[in-house]
Amino acid sequence: MRLRRWLPFDPWHLVLAPVCALLAAPLVWMTVSSFMSNAQLNRFPPTIIPGSLHVDGYRSLFHDAALPTWFLNSTIVSLVCVVANLVFCSMAGYAFARLRFRGSGLLLAVMLGTLLIPYQLTLIPTFIIMEKLGLIDTLGAIIVPSLVMPFGVFLLRQFFLSLPREVEEAAWIDGCSRWAILWTIVLPLARPALATVAVITFLVTWNDVSWPAIVISSEARDTLPLGIASFKSRAQTNPGAIMAADVLATLPVLLAFLAAQRTFVRSIASGAVKG
Amino acid sequence: MSTVFAQAPREAPPRAGPGAPRPAARRSLIQRVFGETPTAWLFVLPAVVIIIGLAIVPLVWSLLLSVQDKDPIAETTRYVGLRNYRDLFDDPAFTGAVNHTLVYTAFFVPLSILGGLGLALLLNRRIRFIGLYRTLAFVPVVVSATIQGVLFSFIFDDQFGVANALLDKVGIAPQPFFADGRQALALLVLASLWAGTSCISFCAVIFLAALQDVPRELAEAASIDGARPRGVFWHVTLPALLPVLVFLLLWQTVEAIQLFDIVYGSTSGGPGQSTVVVVYYIYRSIRDVAYGTGAAASYVVAGGLLLITAATALVARRRAASRWAA
Repeated sequence: MRLRRWLPFDPWHLVLAPVCALLAAPLVWMTVSSFMSNAQLNRFPPTIIPGSLHVDGYRSLFHDAALPTWFLNSTIVSLVCVVANLVFCSMAGYAFARLRFRGSGLLLAVMLGTLLIPYQLTLIPTFIIMEKLGLIDTLGAIIVPSLVMPFGVFLLRQFFLSLPREVEEAAWIDGCSRWAILWTIVLPLARPALATVAVITFLVTWNDVSWPAIVISSEARDTLPLGIASFKSRAQTNPGAIMAADVLATLPVLLAFLAAQRTFVRSIASGAVKG
Repeated sequence: MSTVFAQAPREAPPRAGPGAPRPAARRSLIQRVFGETPTAWLFVLPAVVIIIGLAIVPLVWSLLLSVQDKDPIAETTRYVGLRNYRDLFDDPAFTGAVNHTLVYTAFFVPLSILGGLGLALLLNRRIRFIGLYRTLAFVPVVVSATIQGVLFSFIFDDQFGVANALLDKVGIAPQPFFADGRQALALLVLASLWAGTSCISFCAVIFLAALQDVPRELAEAASIDGARPRGVFWHVTLPALLPVLVFLLLWQTVEAIQLFDIVYGSTSGGPGQSTVVVVYYIYRSIRDVAYGTGAAASYVVAGGLLLITAATALVARRRAASRWAA
């Protein structure tokens, strides 16, 4: 309390500012060092505040590494998975929330149960299934297991249950089909829940490396995290380029986060607090 | 879950419930087989195929694989009983992996939860620039684990890393960091505390959401009644956070035991075998086409997870029950 009289600002700033700076520090260092030359980086002690900025790292990325390809692969995977999850999770969530069909209770319980299965239990058989489907070493092997996430089905089912059903009933009486009701009436009302599903799917698929590492072996099919991991072991002497690749891989999620911070934070918290 | 308007919107009230009698003769054959709304099956079909096909089927298949031995040359499989499991525990690489995973979990789970709680309490105040502080503190959640691994092995490089440069400035001798097995494991804990979907910031996001749900009047009433800030925290805030705390305890443990991405991005299991964790072991056995061993390893891990989660849930429920009774 005595501090408060001394300082022209709230004393909690003295704690908050260094803590938040520390959390952001690795990202700042990543960005700064991506603009350094290898001469500045490959010496001890390394330069902390560079005297001059270089773009050698970024330039050599496009010469020595297939960065555009990785970027494209990651984009395809994430985009397909987000769209597929939005469509399929909405359909399944709607059926579980509103339609009565034989076995719905059991199916829902089984799907809920799959949330509890540790993912490594399914790794090997899923790999064999992908092999049988001829998808190994293609983007399809990454995409197919993530087409529908049980989490999305539940989230949307809960959301649909909370919507008033009178509008849907009126539309049904007027001769609207189930399909049309879902697309024209229910989904426009469900934007916040759909945003959550999109955000989580994007984050998970863009950042995932364990499954792609198992099913992908040729560099032309690498996603960003895979490409960067292999580039790291290949280009030990070129840290500037590795950091530049890190920056470029982080930039899309970072920009998405800054643009829609509220949605991101709400999406991440929604699973825990409501669930 | 009780819709009948699909059938008789005019006569029946919408919430008549599943027990509403309806003459069976008026229902078509398809409806009698598939239930009242046969199209519903089309709605759930994609989800059912993917989720059942790639979760339930593999679950059983894995169990079968774990008691089989496949000859890669003759392409024959035969039943070997529990031999894969026995081999597993005779393999020092596997027992080492279990060991590393347990050590990692023992440090990571409490540190991340306590750190997250602390950060959330810090961020839960009305102060200028709080928006900026929250942005800075939450950003690490979206950083991918590979990037974390790569970035940390760069920062903590034993020769050119900036960490040694900073240690040098304050007069501490340079450390081997990732070149030393023990330090490498500690750095893995540090890296996953910093970023990713189970880091301190992630816990803070969840705690903060729960803190904002705690009714302000409760804390105010307590302080009017003479409770000190510490008393308010222990007797009002913390009990309200209990469900979230239990959730995080489970989530963080599961995430810790399934650690893979950061290892893949930084140490690849080294130096030597010192950072091989169980999922990394399974990953290597898939690469070596040793499916039997890999499947057995994954069942051992799953069994361990089941025990831990069950124990946590039980203790948490008892704790919660005694608290509400008191």
